[in-house]
Amino acid sequence: MKRLIAAFALAFAAGSAFAAGAALHLDRWPDRSKDVAALQNGARLFANYCLGCHSANLMRWNRLNDIELDDRQIKDFLIFGPQKVGDTMTIAMNPKDAKVWFGKTPPDLSVIARARTSFDYTGADYLYTLLRGYYRDPASPTGWNNVVYPNIGMPHVLWERQGPREVTIVRTAHAAKGLVRTTTTVDADGRTTETSAPVAETAETGTTVSFKPLAPQLARQYDSDVADLVAYLVFMTEPVRADRARIGVWVLLFLALFTVAAWRLNAVYWKDVK
Amino acid sequence: MALHNTEYKGLLGWIDARMPTLMSEYKKHMSEYYAPKNFNFWYFFGSFALVVLVIQIVTGIFLVMHYKPDARFAFESVEYIMRDVPGGWFIRYMHSTGASFFFIVVYLHMFRGLLYGSYRKPRELVWIFGCLIFLCLMGEAFFGYLLPWGQMSYWGAQVIVNLFSAIPLIGPDLAVWIRGDYVVSDATLNRFFSFHVIAIPLVLLGLVVAHILALHDVGSNNPDGIEIKDRKGPDGKPLDGIPFHPYYTVHDIFGLSIFLIAFFAIVFFAPEMGGYFLEWNNFIPADPLVTPPHIAPVWYFTPFYSILRATTSDFMWALVAGIVGYAALLYFALPSRLARYATLAVTLVLVVLMLPKSPLALDPKFWGVVLMGVSVLIFFALPWIDQSPVKSMRYRPAWHLWLLMAFAVVFLVLGYLGTQPPEPTLTLIAQAGTLLYFAFFFLMPWWSRVGEFKPVPERVTFAAH
Repeated sequence: MKRLIAAFALAFAAGSAFAAGAALHLDRWPDRSKDVAALQNGARLFANYCLGCHSANLMRWNRLNDIELDDRQIKDFLIFGPQKVGDTMTIAMNPKDAKVWFGKTPPDLSVIARARTSFDYTGADYLYTLLRGYYRDPASPTGWNNVVYPNIGMPHVLWERQGPREVTIVRTAHAAKGLVRTTTTVDADGRTTETSAPVAETAETGTTVSFKPLAPQLARQYDSDVADLVAYLVFMTEPVRADRARIGVWVLLFLALFTVAAWRLNAVYWKDVK
Repeated sequence: MALHNTEYKGLLGWIDARMPTLMSEYKKHMSEYYAPKNFNFWYFFGSFALVVLVIQIVTGIFLVMHYKPDARFAFESVEYIMRDVPGGWFIRYMHSTGASFFFIVVYLHMFRGLLYGSYRKPRELVWIFGCLIFLCLMGEAFFGYLLPWGQMSYWGAQVIVNLFSAIPLIGPDLAVWIRGDYVVSDATLNRFFSFHVIAIPLVLLGLVVAHILALHDVGSNNPDGIEIKDRKGPDGKPLDGIPFHPYYTVHDIFGLSIFLIAFFAIVFFAPEMGGYFLEWNNFIPADPLVTPPHIAPVWYFTPFYSILRATTSDFMWALVAGIVGYAALLYFALPSRLARYATLAVTLVLVVLMLPKSPLALDPKFWGVVLMGVSVLIFFALPWIDQSPVKSMRYRPAWHLWLLMAFAVVFLVLGYLGTQPPEPTLTLIAQAGTLLYFAFFFLMPWWSRVGEFKPVPERVTFAAH
């Protein structure tokens, strides 16, 4: 199963299947970076589900004032430890222990949305797809695997919110007798059924993954929650982003006016140059 | 000691009586420095470069107030500047954008030199100081890039310092000496910080002053490539010259305002510039145990990096063939017997050291480093390898301009390839590009003389506004 996923070139997600190719195909994150309610919901999910294992050492709690949460709300609803609102979002877990437990220290999430961006996709799309890409895998130590990040150390922390899903992995590859298509279905409890059939030599090789939510309404709500959580991660990666764009408009307006003045000044002087 | 007899009144008069240098230098370099009146678009980039230098120094001073050159805190302190220092994000983005803009502006400034023969006699020293500034700028950018202590900072420095280990005999020890450790580490960060904030800026400032002083001694070139000092009026001032201040100060302020629109559009709306100005991987803290799958230097180094990577063992055959061919050309062109024999001897040594089958062959990696070095240093030779009878492209054969354009395209293509992961076809293109890059310079003594040159006018071409 691990190797199966490791050789991924996939298309997945209920309703929207993507063409298989060499590159990683990601779902598009619905941009909610200006939606304060979404950002607040994302912050709540982050504090409740992520901050147990992941720190955000570079992010101060009271920076959440920027998404219209006051110090009282931050203290009462989001901080679970003895921290003050002026502290950064540190965690109590020892990184060395974490490495033993998960195989890898869970990364700090302060700038994760930026760090996971590449020339091919945004960090937001990556995280949005990653958090919705879990499936049951009895062969994995945590019982979970992920189509975006094969053999991920992190279990599906939000599984209750997503509800049960069935995954179908179709793999077309060369075997001893020629090209074979293996269809593996893993149900919500991790029970695996596998069927293989030879296919024509002309068939495309590769792996596709698709999900079938068994509780569609829950799954829809989960998609929305993940979009909010990612909005929060995007906010946290650069809290000043909204300010930056707002100030930038005024700076450029000033410079445009200045350019007109400089242009006229130049013309007045150069009138004399024959 | 008597006071200097001053023409000024008030405070200025008081100062001038005691320190006449102030006003005499102001006149020499500003109000009575006569610059040709026909400067065009390409002549903005010198003053832009000066402005970017000031931006880098001023923002740099503020960054150093909050940055911590310590491997444990460096990454965190940069994010601290971005989040907790009031206006820190603005200062940091100006500095990171300024780094890339410095190179954009300097590349265009150098292109202007090639376009109008600005490096030709009597401006060789101006050009040499300029080339030294370019070298300092590369050093400044390289040392500065380690400071954010992200993955690209770390592994970029690792790759570049490792290049020195390709030097025969002393290489590995040299690399350790540069790093101060066996890998890039806290010791490396501290010394790079020192180079970035004090050593190189000092040299850079001195060179900038020398560049401008040397320019003001000989006077500026212009798009027509003629000497305005050859035609002076009865008052002894060049007929085609106008005082730098106020004419070019207002002119440059106008140009600068447009430049700043582009600069601040990036600072405020796209500071990462799609991952080219701030690389995404650099938001991951440096980890000596995790090598990123694809390490690429920042865009402004990639043309030279491409040349380095193009030098594979297969490519050595092409290089040797090129060198032998060039030696033959030189042999028949050189006038003295001694020079011919020297050419033969050097060629023989190069072939023995380069040919892959030779028992004395050095690692192609070493030759890659050599080629990369030559590709930068070759610019110093321009005043002497350009043998065209006229300076400006305006009066040179049209195909000279096309050749220069082709060179610019090759430079850009090499730059693009340097950002990409290596692939066989891309490597082939980079190798072709490398050969063209060097052919442009090494064959210049010949091609720059060939063709039909147009007559150069006596006075500059200028239409009043």
